[in-house]
Amino acid sequence: MSYLEYSVKSAPTGPRKILHLNWPLALLLVTVASVGFLMLYSVAGGTLSTWAEPQMKRFALGFAVMIAVALVPIWFWRNMSLLAYLISLALLLAVALVGVEGKGAQRWIDLGFMRLQPSELMKMTLVMVLAAYYDWLPVSRVSRPLWVLLPLSLILTPVAMVVRQPDLGTSILLIVGGGAMMFLAGVHWAYFATVIVLGAGAIFAVFASRGTDWQLLENYQYRRIDTFLNPDTDPLGAGYHITQSKIALGSGGWTGRGFMQGTQSRLNFLPEKHTDFIFVTLAEEFGFVGAVSLLALYALIILFCVATALNNRDRFSSLLTLGVAVTFFLFFAVNMAMVMGLMPVVGVPLPLVSYGGSAMLVLMLGFGLVQSAHVHKPR
Amino acid sequence: MRRPTRDTAESHRRITRRGLVVGGVQLAVLGTLLFRMRHLQVEQADEFRLLADENRINLQLLAPARGRIFDREGRVIAENVPAYRITVTREQAGDVEEVLARLSRLVTLDPGELEKARRDLRELRGDTPVTVADRVDWAAISRVAVNAPALPGVTPEVGLSRRYPLGEVYAHAIGYVGAVSARDIERLDAPEALLRLPRFQIGKLGLEAQQEELLRGSAGTRRVEVNAAGRIMRELDRQEGRPGADIQVTLDNALQAYTQARLANESAAAVMVDCDSGDIVVSASSPSYDPNLFVRGISSANYRALLEDPLRPLPNKAVQGIYPPGSTFKMVTALAALDAGLIDFNETVYCPGHREVSGRRFHCWKRGGHGNVNLHVSLRDSCDVYYYELALRAGIERISAMAERLGVGVQFDLPMTSVAKGLAPSREWKLANRDQPWVVGDSVNASIGQGFVLASPLQLAVMTARLATSRSVMPRLIKTIDGVEQPSGHGEPLGLNENHLREIRRAMFAVSNDNRGTAFRSRIAEDTLRLAGKTGTSQVRNISTGERATGVISNSNLPREQRDHALFVSYAPFDAPRYAVAVVVEHGGGGSTAAAPIARDMTLQALYRGDPPLEAYPAADRSRIRTQQEELRRLIARPDPDPSDRA
Repeated sequence: MSYLEYSVKSAPTGPRKILHLNWPLALLLVTVASVGFLMLYSVAGGTLSTWAEPQMKRFALGFAVMIAVALVPIWFWRNMSLLAYLISLALLLAVALVGVEGKGAQRWIDLGFMRLQPSELMKMTLVMVLAAYYDWLPVSRVSRPLWVLLPLSLILTPVAMVVRQPDLGTSILLIVGGGAMMFLAGVHWAYFATVIVLGAGAIFAVFASRGTDWQLLENYQYRRIDTFLNPDTDPLGAGYHITQSKIALGSGGWTGRGFMQGTQSRLNFLPEKHTDFIFVTLAEEFGFVGAVSLLALYALIILFCVATALNNRDRFSSLLTLGVAVTFFLFFAVNMAMVMGLMPVVGVPLPLVSYGGSAMLVLMLGFGLVQSAHVHKPR
Repeated sequence: MRRPTRDTAESHRRITRRGLVVGGVQLAVLGTLLFRMRHLQVEQADEFRLLADENRINLQLLAPARGRIFDREGRVIAENVPAYRITVTREQAGDVEEVLARLSRLVTLDPGELEKARRDLRELRGDTPVTVADRVDWAAISRVAVNAPALPGVTPEVGLSRRYPLGEVYAHAIGYVGAVSARDIERLDAPEALLRLPRFQIGKLGLEAQQEELLRGSAGTRRVEVNAAGRIMRELDRQEGRPGADIQVTLDNALQAYTQARLANESAAAVMVDCDSGDIVVSASSPSYDPNLFVRGISSANYRALLEDPLRPLPNKAVQGIYPPGSTFKMVTALAALDAGLIDFNETVYCPGHREVSGRRFHCWKRGGHGNVNLHVSLRDSCDVYYYELALRAGIERISAMAERLGVGVQFDLPMTSVAKGLAPSREWKLANRDQPWVVGDSVNASIGQGFVLASPLQLAVMTARLATSRSVMPRLIKTIDGVEQPSGHGEPLGLNENHLREIRRAMFAVSNDNRGTAFRSRIAEDTLRLAGKTGTSQVRNISTGERATGVISNSNLPREQRDHALFVSYAPFDAPRYAVAVVVEHGGGGSTAAAPIARDMTLQALYRGDPPLEAYPAADRSRIRTQQEELRRLIARPDPDPSDRA
């Protein structure tokens, strides 16, 4: 893709790039991650070593990755996009073959020093490859059926593999994130309208198929949907988690029960309190005020990303930045909707706050790309 | 090389437009989240706070220790002992079958119980402890504790269970406790939450049931903070319950055990009443059974065996059994006539062996008749015709009134199950219950304690105590409650002519001490402890005229269930009455042979507080008595048949 070139005359070079990083964004990331450390400290019953300390180390590593990625010119990353995507795809395939079972689903590859979740990596590399694709594709062809089919297959290939694991949360993130990329790139409205209509039909089909031979979802997924629709029917079984989660959220009230005073999390009524349900602990201990503050921090991160994207005239850079922002948004929106009982429990962590390595590293890598785009934007 | 500006500008505009749309959608989603959060955290906060507290705070009932029961000397009758059981929690056990297999190598598991436990382990929530072995002994518990690492989810638990160390000695009077049944809960209007505690025991029979409220105590509560697994994290506060009251009964362990052994395998009952206080010192019913069997839940085979036993071990014959009192009732008839001034105790009645009353011939037990008999002789020799005459003179109303005055046909308020009222019949009673008018023959029958008259051994003992003391002695079973002495049954004077009573007592003395008396062979040889008594033999069949003609078939030639009941009432010592006794041996034959020796032996045991010296017995009996004493000592000292069960 050598025919593309940027005006880099005014772009910073060498160590000066550090000064041109989007520092407010970095500061926001650190703030959110710190909220995470605090909550992990709290849910561990006031100990650092259980979750907070490993999480700090991971964030430090993630932060270093972000800086490193940011310092590499954005066109390098654009050129790497397809390769990264293919590697992710290969890893997903590998996971299906040699993956380690974790929580009833095949998601991990044990690399020795860390357990890699290729589906997390795919969230970012999908955004990269789609941004690169639409950067390469002339705008006029964007809505032509053949040129719509290609990105669609780029999205659906990993989705097909992830659904088999089974990991519903990642599938949703990939589809919606990928779809958002296509939408941002300017694919015609009609396609999305069609997909929405078809999607509604598919949902109908999913429910109509229940109990028949061609049942489309696993039983556990149906049960989760049932529980979601009416968690009160089984408060001690399937609906237990979501009911307890709502109780914890609600009992927080305006200002919460105080740091380390959340009875629901401290007494283990909350499931996965250090991972997917960590937001609940925050809301229980710091109340509405605390929950809204975190929401505001997230919104600010999105806002900064959107702002830098719209200020960047490079198509790959803006698409990529918006894509990372959308992925990030999907992470916390799905997670919050899930714990508030607005969505089925699908297993999406709260970005930068939930305990976990893969998601954190991949997100920081994504923000590294955003920073790189910011640093190397055409001036 | 530069990218074509046209393309770049167009694409940038488009991305900006679409980016703003996406941003708008994101804002809408954020708004939804915010709204939902406000809904949960602000509008419904109170409700959820309540739910969180409900989650976290568990109100637990603390079962009170049941009151213990002691005998009159403070020896244990019913106590609470630690009962160990083993539970398995599925969630913690992991591989339940493997854990059960390992457990079965350490503890014998009952197949039935195991089957039920397996089902519970499958069906109940994973964090519910399921009992796999109940009433295991300490050794088994230790083995489980030592092997705890290999037995995940297995917990030895300790609770309190009722134990009756004397076993069958007190089955009837004291009764037993058992697990609360659905019927027990239905029976109560507002069953206490306590009753719903697993394995809670309540009184089912006897004193245990009658004094349930006192013995149970009241539940304490504690509020604990629990985590989601139900594990108690800390106790928030605690309110101790009140343990049940300790009850001391008037019964005497040693005498009760002696009597129960003395009655051996007869179908019999014996009651001993303290003449001064009315204390029921002995209330024995034979055969008996081990109440501990019921505490742990009796097997249906065992229960059926008890139900079908022809000697009827289940009812408490001492207070529940009612019998025609036979000749032991003659004192009542005599007093009724004396009190009404209808006879003088020197007046004689001629006994030819029978008496015609309105065309029917009533026989005396002695075919040839007693000749001329006065009151003294009539009691001593137990002449029936004399009492037929008294009945004709006095009438049933006077007789029944006197019976009730002496305690026969009176409902005593005692904390035992089914205390019988007996029957002192009257004209109205017969009309109401039999739909027939009273006939004079009925009075004649009643005069010798046959016909409609019915008395329980307890009533006969009370009657004897009243005759002995001239006071209306009231039986009592409870001596103290939590150390507080209960009202004595000493009783007010009966208001009967003391001369009449003295004459009756003299005659009763003759029954046991005059060599013509019907119970002479069962006398007490020790002068200061002489016994006064009265034999009774109550017919359980009609003797036909034909049989009379050919000679009444003797008891030994009859099938058991047609033989007469043998009765004996007595008090001793004659000069200063201390104990009144009534003994009924069902189908025992004659009162003098079957019942009197038992009453005599019990009395001597009570007076000597243990085995009496052989000198207290008539010389001819001493060697036999020695053998009997040794045998009874062995019976009483018999080790527990199944000690492991009582652990």
